[in-house]
Amino acid sequence: MPLLQIDKLAKQFGGVKALDGVDFHIDEGEIVSVIGPNGAGKTSFFNVISGMFAPDSGSIVFDGDHVAGHLPNEITKRGIARTFQNVRLFPNLTVLENVMVGQHCRTSQGLFGTIFQTKAQKAEEQLIEDNAKEILSFFGTRLTGYRHDQPAFALSYANRRRLEIARAMATEPRLLLLDEPTAGMNPKETIELTQLIEKLRSERGLTVVLIEHDMKVVRDVSDRVVVLDHGVKLTEGDYDSVSTNEAVIEAYLGRPTTEASS
Amino acid sequence: MSRDSYVTRWGLIGGLGMSFTGAIGMINSFDERILINPILSMGYLTLFGLPAVVGYVAAKGEVNILEEPVHDIADGALKGAGTGLIAGVAVALFVLFTNTFDVTDFFPNMRQTMVDVMTLHLDLVIGLITLIVLSAAGGAVGGLIYGLDDKARGGVRRATLWVIVFALFELVVTDIIDIEVITDLIYARGGGLQTWSALIIGGLAWWLGERYQGKVSEFTAMARESEQGSRLRWSLIGVAALGIVVLPMLVGGIVNELLINVALFVLMGLGLNIVIGLAGLLDLGYVAFFAVGAYGMAVLTSPLSPAFSPELNWWVALPVVMVLAAIAGLLVGTPVIGMRGDYLAIVTLGFGEIVRLLLLSDWLTPFFGGAQGMTRIPGIAIGPWTISGTSPELFIYMTALFVGIAAYISHRAQDSRVGRAWAAMREDEDVAEAIGISTVQAKLLAFVSGAVIASFAGALFSAKVGTVFTNSFDVVVSLIILVVVIVGGMGSIRGVAIGALVLIGVLGGPKSQGLLTEFAEFKLLIYGAILVYMMLKRPEGLLPSVRRSRELHLEEAEQDAWLQKKGDSSEDEEVEATT
Repeated sequence: MPLLQIDKLAKQFGGVKALDGVDFHIDEGEIVSVIGPNGAGKTSFFNVISGMFAPDSGSIVFDGDHVAGHLPNEITKRGIARTFQNVRLFPNLTVLENVMVGQHCRTSQGLFGTIFQTKAQKAEEQLIEDNAKEILSFFGTRLTGYRHDQPAFALSYANRRRLEIARAMATEPRLLLLDEPTAGMNPKETIELTQLIEKLRSERGLTVVLIEHDMKVVRDVSDRVVVLDHGVKLTEGDYDSVSTNEAVIEAYLGRPTTEASS
Repeated sequence: MSRDSYVTRWGLIGGLGMSFTGAIGMINSFDERILINPILSMGYLTLFGLPAVVGYVAAKGEVNILEEPVHDIADGALKGAGTGLIAGVAVALFVLFTNTFDVTDFFPNMRQTMVDVMTLHLDLVIGLITLIVLSAAGGAVGGLIYGLDDKARGGVRRATLWVIVFALFELVVTDIIDIEVITDLIYARGGGLQTWSALIIGGLAWWLGERYQGKVSEFTAMARESEQGSRLRWSLIGVAALGIVVLPMLVGGIVNELLINVALFVLMGLGLNIVIGLAGLLDLGYVAFFAVGAYGMAVLTSPLSPAFSPELNWWVALPVVMVLAAIAGLLVGTPVIGMRGDYLAIVTLGFGEIVRLLLLSDWLTPFFGGAQGMTRIPGIAIGPWTISGTSPELFIYMTALFVGIAAYISHRAQDSRVGRAWAAMREDEDVAEAIGISTVQAKLLAFVSGAVIASFAGALFSAKVGTVFTNSFDVVVSLIILVVVIVGGMGSIRGVAIGALVLIGVLGGPKSQGLLTEFAEFKLLIYGAILVYMMLKRPEGLLPSVRRSRELHLEEAEQDAWLQKKGDSSEDEEVEATT
């Protein structure tokens, strides 16, 4: 049984059909890329899966449970975490706090424990902090040491993207949705992030769906590629079959200029 | 803009300000309070303080961060004098106008007594000339102060500040010293500092400040940073606690009364601070929870409660009141779960008024007494004693206890799982939800904890006063609490305390007088002025929380970050090379 099984997912905004009957599935441990032109419905696809919008119709089954229409925080608790296309950190919280807050749905201490400083509360705080530090160390030296106490807005662009992934990891997900993780990164950083995604699977056992425009990244990390256009799934398959598919070239990839001009 | 146009502009602003304070009767009523006997009353301080302020501003001119500011005594004094002169001429024209035409129908304070005070009780012509000359002199002093070097300017500032503090807080100082021989040395019999004691205080402030200036900041930095600091901090807290215990014994009934008011507002400020400062929910109907606390306590303890009168002990009733407040918090919180920002503010504002109007309504009058209110609420029983408003010296300890509890709760909540969830929600509600925070729970928790803390204040208030009337729960109370939080510094516990001390203690609360009874009439005006000034110049408040000041100075910080970025990326290169 796939980890995530989506059938005939549809979502309409006014007259625009953002998603028009999309079928999708991903198995545990897979890395799948979703590509397609701007406005194809990729981000809407993520928004519906993560619960930020309820779908109009169709089913989303995660790990055997129907999750369509559930609140985002419930879906996160079930094990689906995401990042955002236009990095949305908590800018005035420190780097460490940004990750610690991600542990919220895996911890339970309330105001009572906080006020009375119960043993359980202290232990949990310590655990949250240790987990957060451990997750940040996953990114090498980039987000450790003095950076722990820096406010998130002081980070460089690439580091903000890394921190957002770290925050998503802190929710201890099984499925990670990455929305254009390499957007705005330079080639070196892009390569590094590609390796990181691979590491997310090999070391952390995560299943990853990513929206990506950089075809090199798509080629390097994906087990499978899904192409969306106008809210419809155009095709899917491995990178080679998709990148040579006529319809995909027409809708998204385009032909090499020499061919096009002739 | 050329610097000369600054002189004209600020001169006119100064003249307008002086005329305005005269026209609203401020100068006259302030004139009754002597600050330095016999030369300076509060009225004249206001009147001639204004040209000094505009003189200072005009001498400062346009702020250009790229250039080192010029501090030149002659230049400053000249510009200041020019500014003061313009202000003086403008206000002289205003006085002349008032003297010539009778406009008392529209401006009841623009009458002969105002003219008399503003012309320093001299003949009209001589008085006007004196007014202009003194205004110019005031401006010159202001400009001159700007012209001084940093050290001297700091000295002048400290000296002025301390002289004014000693003069304004005469009541407190005499209460504390309480030995007539000494207070007579400092203060004149008819009120106000003796001239020479003012000079000594100013001189001491100048000298001591210069001597110990660096030390204080060094000390606080140490208290904040080092390992040794944590012990230091505890001893500081100990000293503060000792002060809270000792101070009420030293000061008299009036000041204690005032301190109780301050403490009640600190308490409500701390509660509202959780809702607004930590969770970012703009609640303008906060007074409703205060009302629930006060009325709940009244019904449960007063023998005259019209419908239901269990006549409980205050301590027994307190948990019940807390539960009631928590329910009220849920009732207000639940319908506004989906609302944000402005909408939330408007709806909560409505809720606040609904509670007051319901209490007044025919429907609930049989239960809560309606316009007649509730009376004969007993004080707080501790053993054989009963503490109520008639013994403010003891009641202050009760309020201090609850302030301590509320401060402790806020302090703990800030850096906890709950506090982080609130902070995340304040920064970006959608994302907070997407990373697994139940915003419904977090919001309700904020509303409920804020409501319970406000109910403490209500319960204390009804026990102190012995009666409750709906007019104590006017919407203006909500707004004043909000101003206390904003002026003090959102999200900061110390800030709320300072805000309440300055606003409620010095100026006076919505229904109570502050230390400066002369301000009573102009309280809301001054509140407004302070609020506008703070929003423009110091939006993070007097003692901000680190996080809030980050938020409000984001642009600057982003610029810093941009400047730093080069350093950052080269550092990344380094990391790259080593790995």
